[in-house]
Amino acid sequence: MLAKRIIPCLDVRDGQVVKGVRFRDHRIVGDILELAARYRDEGADELVFYDITASPDGRSVDRNWVRRVAQLLDIPFCVAGGIRSIAEGEAVLNAGAEKISINSPALENPALIDALARRFGSQCVVVGVDSETTSGGYRVHRYTGDPNRSGDSGRDTLSWVREAVDRGAGEIVLNCMSSDGVRRGYDLAQLVAVRECCSVPLVASGGAGTVQHFVDVFLAARVDAALAASVFHSGEIVVRELKQALIHSGVEIRP
Amino acid sequence: MSADVDVVVVDSGGANLASLGFALDRLGARSVVSADAERIARAPRVLLPGVGAAGSIMQRLESLALVNTLRNLQCPVLGICLGMQILCERSEEDETPCLGILPGTVKRFAEAPDAPVPHMGWNRVRITHDDPLLRGLSSSDWFYFVHSYHLPPKLAATLAETDYSVPFTSIVRQRNFCGVQFHPERSSTAGARVLRNFLELT
Repeated sequence: MLAKRIIPCLDVRDGQVVKGVRFRDHRIVGDILELAARYRDEGADELVFYDITASPDGRSVDRNWVRRVAQLLDIPFCVAGGIRSIAEGEAVLNAGAEKISINSPALENPALIDALARRFGSQCVVVGVDSETTSGGYRVHRYTGDPNRSGDSGRDTLSWVREAVDRGAGEIVLNCMSSDGVRRGYDLAQLVAVRECCSVPLVASGGAGTVQHFVDVFLAARVDAALAASVFHSGEIVVRELKQALIHSGVEIRP
Repeated sequence: MSADVDVVVVDSGGANLASLGFALDRLGARSVVSADAERIARAPRVLLPGVGAAGSIMQRLESLALVNTLRNLQCPVLGICLGMQILCERSEEDETPCLGILPGTVKRFAEAPDAPVPHMGWNRVRITHDDPLLRGLSSSDWFYFVHSYHLPPKLAATLAETDYSVPFTSIVRQRNFCGVQFHPERSSTAGARVLRNFLELT
């Protein structure tokens, strides 16, 4: 059967991988190609490169590194951040990325999802959703990369996920903001709610701190993939060991 | 036969030509991307990649006058993903007549509770027939799949099947025409092995 996927996420700024507790005080954690090769060798199923400088500044960024990553990697990878047009999506895909992921630009212009899916196929169009739990339910946040602009987008998470899928998104990455960066586990309740209304693959993001958190998110929330950054970059969790533990817990995993 | 390259990659208009080219580079294979019928007809081997929709790729092949060129190839041919699907008679996707090299209709996965569509990620193949294309591979190897449509299982040409909401043919070979539903260029060492085996077919 189809394996559950483990996806290290590399936040990229100016050609370096950085990580802070989102989204301030970024600390350089390493070179893109070195980290990409390390995760490939550890058995990562896929990588996400999130260009954190791209979206808030509204400028197009130097993405020469995409081609170098594509030459190196023999596993799929996705590029997120600052893709707001067919042309920008095409440049990233032509450089060798498997998928492109859009977040705030899709909130600004939902028809971008339709246009990208029509042009490239749903399978390479990922929609990222930053979601916060509030007393009024789950709410979508926008511009989360920029503390000065970040805020409620005016959309309900469940209805936005449904709309994104209807428009042609081939995968949803749900980043649960209140869990993100604090390593107390994925937001299982929210992921279960989104799973119910999401007919395409769902990737859990935000909150991974221990191996048990990964076991829980696959068994309880039935997500297709789990994404994490800091626990992998710090070496606290090694992908290969995590995968052995998941296999031991009965989760279908590519060793 | 042109000996200047090992393989000609058909410029089928998809966006994954770069990653396929890089995978061939890693294997030391000399490849060229072309949409030229004469170039393709003279190739020692042909890779037919495909990303997107059956209707648009068939339209593109027709507008480039490549349909008969591809049907008449005598050299080893490997269709990848959508490139494998269009080897069949027809596809439910856009109700498209395809190349008709293999029998059967390509169907869409029905949505099932624990089987989202597209079928996206790593899965295994269950080898049903031995073949030089599968040298060094076993049913415990994993490959990367991304697709919403699939070939029927149990074709005469089926070499391996994969299980999702339904079983489907994931590797196929009929004479010189081979096909894989997964992306060998993104399937780690097992994928590289399939490409190397293909490059050794004559």
